[in-house]
Amino acid sequence: MLTRRDKVVAVAMLGIPLLLAAAFVWFPALASVFLSFTKWTGVGGIKLQSCQNFPSAPGIPQPGCLYGVQNYVQAFTNYPDFWPAVRHNAIWLAVFIVIATPLGMLFAVIIDRGLRGSRIYQSVLFLPVMLSLALIGIIWELIYSPNFGLINTVIGRNQNDNLIDWLGDPRLNLWALLVEACWRQAPYVMVLYLAGLKAVDPSLREAAVVDGANAWQTFWRVVFPTMRPINIVVLVVTVIESLRAFDLVYITSKGNPLRGLELLSVLVTQNIVGETQRIGFGSTLGVVLLVISLVPISIFLYQAFRREAR
Amino acid sequence: MTTVTAARPRAPRLTTAAAQIFMIVMTLLWVTPIVFALYVALRPITETNKLGYLSLPRHLTLENFANAWTQSDMWRFFLNSVYVTVPAVLLTLFGASMVAYVVSRLAFWFNIPLLILFTAGNLLPPQVIITPLYRIYLAIPLPDWISGSGLLYNSYAGLIVINVSFQLGFCVFVLSNYMKTVPTDIDEAAVIDGATLWTRFWRITLPLCRPALAALATLVTTWIYNDFFWAITLISTGNKRPITSALANLQGQFVANQNMIAAAALIAAIPTLLVYVLLQKQFIAGLSLGSAKG
Repeated sequence: MLTRRDKVVAVAMLGIPLLLAAAFVWFPALASVFLSFTKWTGVGGIKLQSCQNFPSAPGIPQPGCLYGVQNYVQAFTNYPDFWPAVRHNAIWLAVFIVIATPLGMLFAVIIDRGLRGSRIYQSVLFLPVMLSLALIGIIWELIYSPNFGLINTVIGRNQNDNLIDWLGDPRLNLWALLVEACWRQAPYVMVLYLAGLKAVDPSLREAAVVDGANAWQTFWRVVFPTMRPINIVVLVVTVIESLRAFDLVYITSKGNPLRGLELLSVLVTQNIVGETQRIGFGSTLGVVLLVISLVPISIFLYQAFRREAR
Repeated sequence: MTTVTAARPRAPRLTTAAAQIFMIVMTLLWVTPIVFALYVALRPITETNKLGYLSLPRHLTLENFANAWTQSDMWRFFLNSVYVTVPAVLLTLFGASMVAYVVSRLAFWFNIPLLILFTAGNLLPPQVIITPLYRIYLAIPLPDWISGSGLLYNSYAGLIVINVSFQLGFCVFVLSNYMKTVPTDIDEAAVIDGATLWTRFWRITLPLCRPALAALATLVTTWIYNDFFWAITLISTGNKRPITSALANLQGQFVANQNMIAAAALIAAIPTLLVYVLLQKQFIAGLSLGSAKG
């Protein structure tokens, strides 16, 4: 079927994009696993010897060396930001699952029923999905501003003696950011479900009605189960987006660590910028993220490719 | 269509009214942050410092927009966005459609593993790979005419490369699914006529994929334009940053004038707002393509 020339062309068509993905996505992903077992400040190369052979003396930079599981031990037991970050990521995910996703689904169901004005609702709700998270972080600062902001002015807490510092107070700022994140996530989920709802065979609904099911039963017993592929996509998007959360925190904290807003993604980045790079330790945190994210990724891949593999 | 509507369970009037009220309240809530930002950006800082943001306006002025534009060389950041986004989108779509074509038309044993590899890569949180990637970028030299830094790090080329590599996965996934639905008859007829693989891809199949390519182009352009993370971590020179990531610097530069920051952010949103107004259908189609097959 294929001429020799066609074969060469086919190899190039696959090979060049594959090379890019391999070199700049998969190689770094694997490299972070390796680097997580090393200690390296980024100065000089990495020697394949145990770090115990290089006693650290003040003033003399230690070369990169094998560090065993020490980075993991440090992260889990000795790094004050680690468990708060895990907790915050978990809260982020929980809020997405409990609030943003059902809200988005509700929007979609209502709009799908062809309520009057649906197109306007859909367009307006959808706007935040187009905006960058950096921009979202900036415009919400106006809402949360302690002295001048919308919320404090409305609730009368904008005087210097009774200010609420929504974005600075470590007990509040995560929740304040989660409102911003849901503002974007809910309509995102809405769009995905709208596509799913359109694809549901109308005769299924018809049959349910004939059988005497009410709207609530029709949705949960008939429509929702047939949207299984979309449900999985939404689940994956939800988990991945809550692991990726970074931009809002960076903008809100002006690029500095801010108490209350520790996230795994933010900690990773803190270890590669600045004077002292901790490549090994940063990679360790990256691997933790990798392991967690492989769960939803596997679920999605199983769902997406299982039919073809048969 | 009429049968479809008639088949739906008829909602009682009360439910409809409740739904209507709920949607009106939500829509108003949703639009508030944007309208509020616009309102603040239109007012002088001296006024809002005295009265707060939530107050009746004495003056409405475009001064903040003008100042944000001139005092920060904003045109330069926009130009950076163009330098990065345009080539990145074209290369992503070109590369992804090549892979998608081969995978959907030729029966290789490795097609499924390959698709899985591409798709999974796109789902990784970028922070998983950033640490090694950062070192790789510091280690790859580039000639001076491509990169002022002499490295892949801190260069437009570097930013293009990572955006392409990362977005390829999603586009390969979508396009290979799409191409499987494109009829193969013409393709097969062309084989008999002796057309080469490339001709069949470029002249026959790709034109049939225009709807999917248009939807993906809209989606990926918006995503790459909105990218913040790669530019923050892989570009160290402030004035090389595309506009979205430059907002972080502008926030520092205009720290005493939140109204001007809001104006700058809204200026940065103009391209996405244009897409929102003109190409919303394409954008949604792109998202739906990605999830429909799932």
